[in-house]
Formats: sequence, structure tokens, C-alpha cells
Amino acid sequence: MLLKSLAATALAAFALGAASGAIAAEKKEKLWELKENQVKPPEGSPLDYLVSGYWFRTPKTRALQDDDFENPAFLWVEQAEAEWTKVDGKAGKSCSSCHDAVEKTMKGVSARYPVYSAKTKKLMAVTHQVNYCRENYMKAKKWKWESDKMLGMTSLIGLQSRGMPVKVSIDGPAEKFFKAGEAFYHERRGQFDLACVHCHQGNYGQYIRADLLSQGHSNGFPTYRLKWQKLGSLHRRFRGCNNNIRAIPYKRGSPEYTNLELYLAWRGMGLKVEAPSVRQ
Amino acid sequence: MSQTEVSGGVHRRSFLIAAGAGGAAFAAAQFTPGIALADKALTEQAIKKVIGDRKPIEGRVSIDGPEIAENGNTVPVGFEVESKMSGGDMVKAVHVFAEGNPRPEVANFWFSADSGAARGAFRMRMAKTQNLIALAEMADGKVYMGKRLVKVTIGGCGG
Amino acid sequence: MSRPRVRVPRKIKKGDTVTVKTLIAHKMETGVRRNKKTGKLIPRKIINSFEAKIDGKTVFKAALHPAVSSNPYISFAISPKKSGKIDFVWTEDGGKTFTKSAKFEVA
Repeated sequence: MLLKSLAATALAAFALGAASGAIAAEKKEKLWELKENQVKPPEGSPLDYLVSGYWFRTPKTRALQDDDFENPAFLWVEQAEAEWTKVDGKAGKSCSSCHDAVEKTMKGVSARYPVYSAKTKKLMAVTHQVNYCRENYMKAKKWKWESDKMLGMTSLIGLQSRGMPVKVSIDGPAEKFFKAGEAFYHERRGQFDLACVHCHQGNYGQYIRADLLSQGHSNGFPTYRLKWQKLGSLHRRFRGCNNNIRAIPYKRGSPEYTNLELYLAWRGMGLKVEAPSVRQ
Repeated sequence: MSQTEVSGGVHRRSFLIAAGAGGAAFAAAQFTPGIALADKALTEQAIKKVIGDRKPIEGRVSIDGPEIAENGNTVPVGFEVESKMSGGDMVKAVHVFAEGNPRPEVANFWFSADSGAARGAFRMRMAKTQNLIALAEMADGKVYMGKRLVKVTIGGCGG
Repeated sequence: MSRPRVRVPRKIKKGDTVTVKTLIAHKMETGVRRNKKTGKLIPRKIINSFEAKIDGKTVFKAALHPAVSSNPYISFAISPKKSGKIDFVWTEDGGKTFTKSAKFEVA
């Protein structure tokens, strides 16, 4: 009995260490290396090819994204559909009062965000824009960045660009934000002294302990993460990355993360919007 | 193969850049035999509570889980019992246990004459690499059992 | 936001067995997590049971424990003999319930 349990323990220990055993099995199908899953990078890109984070995930995880019913993000999307036409705030307006049907007016929006706004003189992510509308046109209270309502709304808006290629503007007034984002991406930070570029440019397809590194694109956000057991924003993911390298993360919606969002969107230009995706 | 050899050797190699040796020590500590025995005893107790002294017969129950779960917080699991779902060959219930969770009970499912098949799927939390056990309680009182090892990777840099 | 989603085939061929899928938004709070700021245990609150009835008769039932992930997904099979309505009930710790129903045709 004792011998048996010891053997079981050794087996279990092996199974854990082997993330590597299974890793070996998975190496046989490096889906991100298949031509048909790759997209040509934008001019000036440091990457030879672009590939969505989707192709770094296991078949079980991909299956959850492939079917809109299996994808729990749609619980939030469904709620946002109702929210779209719901009057809120002192102006007596809903999203649809100005924007009509979400399917018509929001098509392509997430594919071209973040954008420079002449009105606010700021770089705006979709989340900023939703709150700008709520405060200024609806005279309603802002939603928190990571609230269910905001995540649902940005997913619903993202869904209208599904399948469309990411295409952001990085020149003119957007240029300085882009440059700042580019600098952030290459800056070492935290106790581990790592920059985004170290993991996601030179080492995608490699394991960092138990995690398979992707190219770190933004085309799937907001995403339902198995780890979070809920829908989450791109800026939440940035915070997680920063925490892991033992750097002090910035606030969600901060200029630093919004600039990074623009730079990332450019790196992924040509990839199809997958919002709301499912990741590990 | 000794435990130290395995967790010390293989595991350290899978560290890429960020994680220190502290992580490896932590991972190895999770698998001391004492803990493994406690888990098994707990599971046996939990199973006894549901099926009493009946002895489960291996077979007829299959569990579909990932060979390796990308994250232990949401692991998609499915099960199916071979059965005609009529007369004596009828599955009354399926009980699912996780041998390596702090609490082994996962879920219980009951079927009816209109079920057509004793199958189902759900998503569960797994604390570490472990066996999933599904017991099928038949209308004639027999209990069948299926097992599946699901590997769960702990730690990493997944933000 | 605990609005459930269900997928039931609208038309079922007589004698066929089909899969029903359900999903509900719920934290499935285990009762063993602590509030990071106060250090106090967050009380357990999970969906502890689920039931599906066809025209008032239970066709499938489940008991869930804290090991079930947030936003519980449950799928199961049905093989109804005639057209009808299927009602779903999710029950949370403390007794609060959430419901949804769907109609199907058997031909």
C-alpha cells in the first residue's frame, strides 16, 4: 500500500514537472508555425509573421471560443445588448439614441481603436470612449474599467468587428502616443528586469515555466480567461504581466497602458479581431 | 525513479527565464506522500458517503478531460456511461470526485427515463495534477467506475 | 448578473437523443477565499443545485460543489417522447432561484 502510494506520488510529481512531458507532445503540432495560421506583418514590423494567441492554445480551449454558446463571455455580451438600448443618466439617452443599432454603427470600431481624439487631446481606448459618451452625452455615471457592464459593452462593440483586420492609425497626432508605447514595450522593468519584447518577440512558442508564450497580441480582448473565470480587459492582462515580472503595474486606463495598447494593435495589424475570445 | 530526481531535473528545465529555484521547491513540496495519502482517504470517505459499502466495478464509465489543463481554474470535463437507459440497464446517477482537491466532491447528476443517454459536461476547478473519478450508480444497485488523470500545471508567468 | 443562457434544439426527431447546454453567470464563491484587504473569509455562495423538468417532470438534476468553476456550464442529454416545454431552475445557497425555459417540437 505504502509502496503503491509512493509510486503514485512519484507519478504525480512527474506529471507536474511535466508540463514538460505534455509539452513534448504538443510540440508535434506547433499550430503557430503553420503558414495558413499566419498573417503578413505590417511594414516595419520586427516579426517575421503574425499569429493570433488562439493558435497557441490547446484544442479544448480553442473549442470554447469556436462556439458562441460554449464561450461564457456571451453571458456579458447578452447583458450589454440590453444595456445598449437602456436609457441611463440625466440626458434621458441610451447608447442607441445616438448610435442606432450596434450591428450597424459599431462595425469596425474596435479594429481601429485606440484613436487620438481632437476633443480630449488624448489617446482613447474603446473603454475611454464609452465613458466619454456616458459622462458627456448621456450625463450618466462612468462605469469602472473592469466592471461587468463595461466589459460587456466593450465585448459587444468588439464583436461587431469580429473577423475584420486590426488597422490602427499611428501617424499624425497619434504618432507621439505610438512612440511612447513602443518605448514602453522595450523598456526593462521590475525586479526581473524584463521588457515585453523579451518574452513576446524572441521567445513566443517557448515555455516560461508552465506557460506557452504567444506573440502577445491584443486582437482577442476583452477575453474570457480560464484562470480569471471571467471576462477581463487588456489592461488587466498588462497588470498581470507587470506583476509577474515584479514591477509595479500601472492603473487600468492609464496613458502608459493606452499607449502600449496602440503599439500592440500596430504590431498585430492584419490579425482578425476575435473579441470576445477565450484564453487560458 | 525518485521524486527528487524528477521534480528537480525535469521541472527546472522547464523554467525559461523568470522563475527561481524557490518555485521548484514549492512544486515539490506539494507532492509529499503525506498529503497524497490524506487526499486519498478523504476521497474514499466521500465515496463511501454516496455509495455505502458497495464495491465499484471498473468500466462502462468514461471521463473526457484534457490530458493537460491549460489552467486549473476552468477545466472542461465530460462523462458518458455505456447504458441502454431503460429497464434494468438504467443509470440512476453519476457522481464525480477529484482525488487531489482539498474537498473531493465535485458534482452529482441524476437521470431519468427521458434522458436517453447518461452523459454530461461541465467545467471544474482542479488544485493540482490528479485523478478524476466518476461513479455510475445503476438502477440494479451496481456501481461502475471510471478514472482519468488530468495534469494541471502550477505556476508560470500567465499574469 | 445571473441571467442564464440555454441551448435546446427546437426540433427533435422522434427517438433521437439530443444535447441540452446551459450556462449561468455566477461567481461560485467557495467559502475558503479571504478578502485581501480585511483578511476575513468570504462566505460561501454557490449555485448548489440545478434541475431540468419537461412538462413538470424532472428529466435531469445536478448537485454542484465548490469545485465547479465560476459561471457554471452544464450540458446533458434528453430524449423526449413528445413536444413540450423544458424548464430550468438554478438554486443558490440561501435559496434564491434563477429560471429559464424553452420549447421544443418532437416529430
